[in-house]
Amino acid sequence: MIRTVLSALLSHWRRRPFQLVTLILGLALATALWSGVQAINAEARKSYAAAADVLGGGGVSALTAPAAAPIPVETYVALRRAGWLVSPVIDGWIEGDRGRVRLLGVDPFTLPEASPAAGSLDTDDLAGLVAAGGDMLADPVTAGRLSAFGDRVVPREGLASGLVLTDLTVAAELTGQQGYSRLLIDPVQPLRQAPLDEAAPDLALSEPQTADDLGRLTDSFHLNLTAFGLLSFAVGLFIVNGAVGLAFEQRRSVFRTLRALGVPAGTLVGLLTIELLIFAVIAGAIGILLGYIIAASLLPDVAATLRGLYDASVEGTLTLSPAWWLSGLVIACLGTALAAAGGLLRVARMPPLAPARPRAWAMVSGRAIRSQLLLAGLCLALACLALVAGGGLAGGFVLLGGVLLAAALALPAVLSGLVALAGRSARTALSEWFWADTRQQLPGLSLALMALMLALSANIGVGTMVSSFRQTFTGWLDQRLVSDLYVSARDDAEGGRLRTFLEARAEGVLPIWNTEGDILGAPTEIYGMADHPIYARTWPLLASLPETWARMGRGGGVLVNEQLARREDLSPGDLLDLPGGFRDEILGVYSDYGNPLGQVVIPLQVLTDRYPEAERTDFGVLVGDGGTDDLRRALEGEFGLPADAMTDQAALKAFSLSIFERTFAVTGALNVLTLGVAGVAILTSLLTLASMRLPQLAPLWALGLTRGRLARIEFLRALVLAALTFVLSVPVGLGLAWILLAVINVEAFGWRLPMFVYPLQWLWLGLLSLAAAALAGLWPAVQLARRPPADLIRVFTHER
Amino acid sequence: MQANLRHMLLAVRDLVKRFPGAERPVLDGISLDVEGGEIVALTGESGSGKSTLLHVVAGLEPADIGHVLIDGQDLTEMDDRGRAALRRSDIGIVFQQFNLIPSLSVARNLAFQARLAGRAEEAQLDALALRLGLTDHLAKYPEELSGGQQQRVAIGRAVAGGPRLLMADEPTGNLDEATGDTVMDLLVSLARTEGTALLVATHSQRLAARADRRLHLSRGRLA
Amino acid sequence: MNARAFAFVLSLLPLAGFAQGFAGLGSDADGYALPDPATRFVFPEDHGPHPDFRIEWWYVTATLDGADGETYGVQWTLFRNALAPGGDPDRQVWMGHAALSTPDGHVSAERLARGGIGQAGVEAEPFEAWIDEWRMAGPTLSEVTLTAQGADWAYDLGLDADGPFVPQGVEGFSVKSEAGQASHYYLQPFYDVTGTITLPSGPVEVSGEAWLDREWSSQPLTGSQTGWDWISLHLDDGHRLMGYRLREADGGAYTVGTWIAPDGTPDPLEPGELTMTPLRIAEVEGREVPVDWQITLPERDLDIRVEALRDDSWMRTRIPYWEGPVAVTGTHEGRGYLEMSGYAPPRQDD
Repeated sequence: MIRTVLSALLSHWRRRPFQLVTLILGLALATALWSGVQAINAEARKSYAAAADVLGGGGVSALTAPAAAPIPVETYVALRRAGWLVSPVIDGWIEGDRGRVRLLGVDPFTLPEASPAAGSLDTDDLAGLVAAGGDMLADPVTAGRLSAFGDRVVPREGLASGLVLTDLTVAAELTGQQGYSRLLIDPVQPLRQAPLDEAAPDLALSEPQTADDLGRLTDSFHLNLTAFGLLSFAVGLFIVNGAVGLAFEQRRSVFRTLRALGVPAGTLVGLLTIELLIFAVIAGAIGILLGYIIAASLLPDVAATLRGLYDASVEGTLTLSPAWWLSGLVIACLGTALAAAGGLLRVARMPPLAPARPRAWAMVSGRAIRSQLLLAGLCLALACLALVAGGGLAGGFVLLGGVLLAAALALPAVLSGLVALAGRSARTALSEWFWADTRQQLPGLSLALMALMLALSANIGVGTMVSSFRQTFTGWLDQRLVSDLYVSARDDAEGGRLRTFLEARAEGVLPIWNTEGDILGAPTEIYGMADHPIYARTWPLLASLPETWARMGRGGGVLVNEQLARREDLSPGDLLDLPGGFRDEILGVYSDYGNPLGQVVIPLQVLTDRYPEAERTDFGVLVGDGGTDDLRRALEGEFGLPADAMTDQAALKAFSLSIFERTFAVTGALNVLTLGVAGVAILTSLLTLASMRLPQLAPLWALGLTRGRLARIEFLRALVLAALTFVLSVPVGLGLAWILLAVINVEAFGWRLPMFVYPLQWLWLGLLSLAAAALAGLWPAVQLARRPPADLIRVFTHER
Repeated sequence: MQANLRHMLLAVRDLVKRFPGAERPVLDGISLDVEGGEIVALTGESGSGKSTLLHVVAGLEPADIGHVLIDGQDLTEMDDRGRAALRRSDIGIVFQQFNLIPSLSVARNLAFQARLAGRAEEAQLDALALRLGLTDHLAKYPEELSGGQQQRVAIGRAVAGGPRLLMADEPTGNLDEATGDTVMDLLVSLARTEGTALLVATHSQRLAARADRRLHLSRGRLA
Repeated sequence: MNARAFAFVLSLLPLAGFAQGFAGLGSDADGYALPDPATRFVFPEDHGPHPDFRIEWWYVTATLDGADGETYGVQWTLFRNALAPGGDPDRQVWMGHAALSTPDGHVSAERLARGGIGQAGVEAEPFEAWIDEWRMAGPTLSEVTLTAQGADWAYDLGLDADGPFVPQGVEGFSVKSEAGQASHYYLQPFYDVTGTITLPSGPVEVSGEAWLDREWSSQPLTGSQTGWDWISLHLDDGHRLMGYRLREADGGAYTVGTWIAPDGTPDPLEPGELTMTPLRIAEVEGREVPVDWQITLPERDLDIRVEALRDDSWMRTRIPYWEGPVAVTGTHEGRGYLEMSGYAPPRQDD
């Protein structure tokens, strides 16, 4: 029986292959975007974990000196001789091809077995590492970026990307670092030890750095991607829901006949489930392949972004686990289940002698629209609650999701109202019919229109955010990069000579000296600012006390960046504790985009007095008109400074902007993909509706409207609905942008951005959505225009 | 022959229509004339070609051979647009399934074709509604009406624009006998008062008996 | 003894070197100082390091009786290995091995340190040898305290020598093979020991005797030698016997040793004079190790059985080896230490 019934059910798809394509396409697209984004996220997380493991010593705690000062060798030896099994590490950077590379120097003789670096080494490595001119181990991709080191570089699979592992002495020689960055504590310690505060009173115990630290920094970025993946998945499910619903509706008479012939409802539902499962698996497989392609093509940009923004290394190549493939299939099946649950439930409840007359599936009553509106209200309330009560990034995203969902759910009701309003002002019979019929079609198109709404508002929201960010960022770069040339000396002594040299030749020399220290419990950069009038003219302050610059000049206070101010709720006039027991008044808050850390600016003199260990190697130079190149040449000649020790303002700006652009390249790509999926949703909905439109259009044709005219009207209807949806998505998108700029950004990065509106962008997007709707509406319209009259006449003659 | 036909409202000549793949033509050399104000019943078995004849006459379906002239205008020589215009202004059709526009109210449905033809007059429509017994239902939507009421709306829609030729295809086929009688009364009286020619296809002898003339169609030919 | 060199050198060499045996170690001596038969020991200077040589060790074993009536064994070793010739302190690597043998088991620990920073080293006067917190130190090498610890055990011993340092071979020039590999080698086999060992169950007072090996060289072995079996025995009549058998890849062996009178007078044995014959093979860590030996020295009417107190006296260090206390029965009674090296797991070629 089962085979017979199944073949009866499946015959439907043979007769309507397009519907099958729609179903598979929707599901495959949904799965593709979802699993693509997941693959990117997984790849990045894996890289963080590997990096954090090796850099931080994995689950191994460490001892560090205050203000990240180097730990003297004597302290290390004293600890060892007091019975402490600790292992020194030098952590620094070296210049590789295409940017710097993290250098980790370890002591292979004492490295705790529990540390991942030890896991990356085997006995074979020891001789090479400790030999004179020792080996530098790096994963093959990173090894390829170390051409300057020649044969010393040994490729090794399994090391974190962007990391070079060497012997301690090699690291000391390459980075010039005296002493050790930290001491890893072996988890297995001997029986007897001197107390730690006796053996090394200056050192502090720091718990192992985990992937979480990097994870938190990059969380917002991944949350962004995940949100997009989810959005696309939802849009794809709209398509599936439409296709499944239609297939069920059209087979109602088959179901009825089968039931009447004695097939139990359970068997029928079971077989339909199997049928859907088959489709889900096929579509899931296609989707996973597409997802792989999406991930593989986006990953290089993601990797570049993460490297630029967070110093987080992610390789631009994709390795996927079986779990990922499986989860793609599962999500496809779950999606199908979600999309088909309603239909299956109706089949299960259908009495055997239900009327065969199709209750046009699209014609959901006004009650459904109203209850959807109620649901929208609920979502909005939840969003507001998240805004008022909830804090944190998660709260921000609840707000974001709530507003988006509410907008989508409310769309049919709002559109219905707008169309009714338009219908009221209609004067001719045809226009009355146009609006009345548009309204009647809304429920059938609402899923597709909701999908379009989501895609459009996401586009407007994200577009507005990115553009606002870009405008603010470029303006800020102009203000912030006051010097014409940035010069780095190789050590403090050369820095001193450099300063004297520059002061004789440039309009101004602005030392950029800094140190690091814990402020309010978090590592913070402390910069010294020279007393120079150019800062007062250009430095971008968000809030300040009167006479900020005069007081800075007198050495009487500090400036803090927005991140620190927001995190610790600081404002000008507050007192701030600085490392070393100093306390200063906050004179102002400045914007500091792109920096994940808190930052404090103190007068230069104060920096050098309080923190003599601060490096004195970097200078900004005010060259004056067009002398930059001459000065570069002079510096090369006089000091033999390498080219990369001098960066001019333009290059720095270009670099900063390129990081910025790449950050949002991924967002842009996902935006376009989402819009594309929404376009497919509209197309499939219209095609689906088109097959059911005939009974409604035939009488009008009989009453004297040509098929061509009817087709034009149908086409126009798609455009009008798309246009209305677009108009409605503008305010939603702006709301979204506001949430992104004023809530999410503050939570994720610690800065708030001003919002700018870009109506030209909307115009472009509006045209794009109209084009999508036009493209989607064209096919059914052309089909209608070419429909043989016999098809239309059948409406009048056949009992359906 | 043209001159001869000019006073006829509807003239059908040697009409042949064959559906693709069919053994024999569904219409096999039909000729008939209907004068203005005349009521003609078209009877015959199912599949005898009644509906097809009506569709070809209404310009919904092209003929293979022959001519259909409405008030002297040859439908078979018109393009789609011309036939549509003719349907709008000069032909009213009543279907077995009523085929109202579900998204429009009864009042709007009633006035629809008249307004398409640009001939809607408030007073005349009110009078029509009164006559059809629909005055209380004007604000309703088709789905809220009974079958008989829906068919009255369909008839009203067909006659409101003042067509020269009114066609009905089994107008009572979906109705019980009593309702069917009422609907037929309505059709006949409207045709008479408006001076409209009425061509009604039916297999009901009761209905056919009300016509001025009966034509029997069998295997595509008029008996 | 060479066993230590073997363990140490291999720990710093690629495993490929292990697979090839010790081939090439002799030639690797290029640039290092070579043992010279004309050299005579000068103390206390020679207690300190000889960085021009490639390898060197301070090696103490002790057999002890606990106040609890049990027998214990202790090992304390400091190795020095030069990464490059020239004696640069920065190019030295130090390695410590410590072990404690109890009736309940054999525990061991290992430490490594790079030279030149003070984490490990040796000073001759006053004497101090250390790696991390492990130490052997005292006013002179004849009177030292010895301490080492692992995760859950430790020992603190006082060593007092009541006899002289005993040069090995000819005036301390000890030949290792017929090909002429040699080392500078002396012993201190006359330590009396008192002190404490700390076990997971608590401290135990101990006393007994200890044995120090001091050796430095640059060419440890020939390419054909696969491993060795080494004994250091305190006999009840006051004699001491040191002997070792260097096993050849072809199955032969080179056996030498020293018979030491109670007053410290050494009698170097001719190659082959001492015989060492395995009586029982035990499986330890998947390797077949002889833990019961018949040892004869016909010249001295010596025919003894040397039996391990614990079969599993296994050093779980980077290059593992067997080292543990033994009991002596037969024509002479006594006790001492046995070291065996180069017993590869059965799955590998010998």
